[in-house]
Amino acid sequence: MGDAPFASSSLVAVVLVGAAASYMWRALGVALSGRIDPDGPVVRWVGCVAYAVLAALIARMILLPVGSLGETPVSIRLVAAALALGVFYLARRHLLIGVLTGGVSLTGLSFWTGN
Amino acid sequence: MTAAASPPPVYAKACASRRAAFLAGMHDSIGSPALVLGASFVGFGSLLYEMQIGVWLGYLSIVLTWALPAQVATLEMFASGAPLFAVFIAVGLINFRFLPMTVAMMPLLRQSGVPTWRLYILAHFVAVTTWVLVMLRGPEMPPDQRIPYFLGGVAMVIPAALVGTSLGYVVAGSVPTEVTQGLVFLNPVFFMLVLLVDLRQRSRAYALLLGAALGPVLHALTPTWGLLLAGLVAGTAAFAADRWFKPGAS
Repeated sequence: MGDAPFASSSLVAVVLVGAAASYMWRALGVALSGRIDPDGPVVRWVGCVAYAVLAALIARMILLPVGSLGETPVSIRLVAAALALGVFYLARRHLLIGVLTGGVSLTGLSFWTGN
Repeated sequence: MTAAASPPPVYAKACASRRAAFLAGMHDSIGSPALVLGASFVGFGSLLYEMQIGVWLGYLSIVLTWALPAQVATLEMFASGAPLFAVFIAVGLINFRFLPMTVAMMPLLRQSGVPTWRLYILAHFVAVTTWVLVMLRGPEMPPDQRIPYFLGGVAMVIPAALVGTSLGYVVAGSVPTEVTQGLVFLNPVFFMLVLLVDLRQRSRAYALLLGAALGPVLHALTPTWGLLLAGLVAGTAAFAADRWFKPGAS
């Protein structure tokens, strides 16, 4: 609202909320260390939910991205993600190589298909 | 040199001093960890630029949150108009991994006899990069050198994150749109791959596949709660399926 798309006070608030939601687990981890089994069933269940939330977020970021990334055709984004995945496994799960492949191939495909 | 007289703890990788342990922590993080982390924060910086958010808010987010997926999720959810409550729950779920991680790591640091309140401060810096190093090398170090070692790693990766973010922010504004798009695209690709690096539990593999399939569908139905709903449904189904098909194990 105003010139900037987001009011900064609400942005600071959302950053603080995100920070609190992150620190609480670390603090609870200190409090519970030595008392709970980090491989117990409840921890595993919530761990699965956490992975699924992240996977849902990743899928959304690739299929329905915000900003100018959304102007690229969805096919380009899917191909770039697949290339990143393929090269990542070919490079024996080398994170940096996989991530760079994703970024470079999206840029390359975006140039190649023209706008 | 540790005394050779009393038998049990032989710390193969002991450093000469606490200071040396701090430097060893820096040294072990300077290569791939700091580089990968810095590069992934380039994507974060570009995202900030794309969303027209001041880079200082990115710095604030790094120092206060210190968890890239959570930081990106916070901004993404904010941009899609989710209420603070939904942001809190979703980010809380995304970062749940810190609970078992901290539970596993704190006994290593506690052995040095530091007061508990300091552990609460140190815990803020628990994140995958340095956690892996401490879990790997910590047990073979004398207890009093583990915290300096951990902090040495932290002293390396946080500046790397700040530099990467600044770089992404500046570069995104001065290159062709196609390059900015590629930089912002680093975010989802990084998360996708980082989850696969460490995929040891089969139930989590199910959770990833189901979550990725359900996420966009439920997001289309309800942008506010789609992410959470997809996580709860897919995560619970994955957990249940894993137990169902493999009775008795673990």
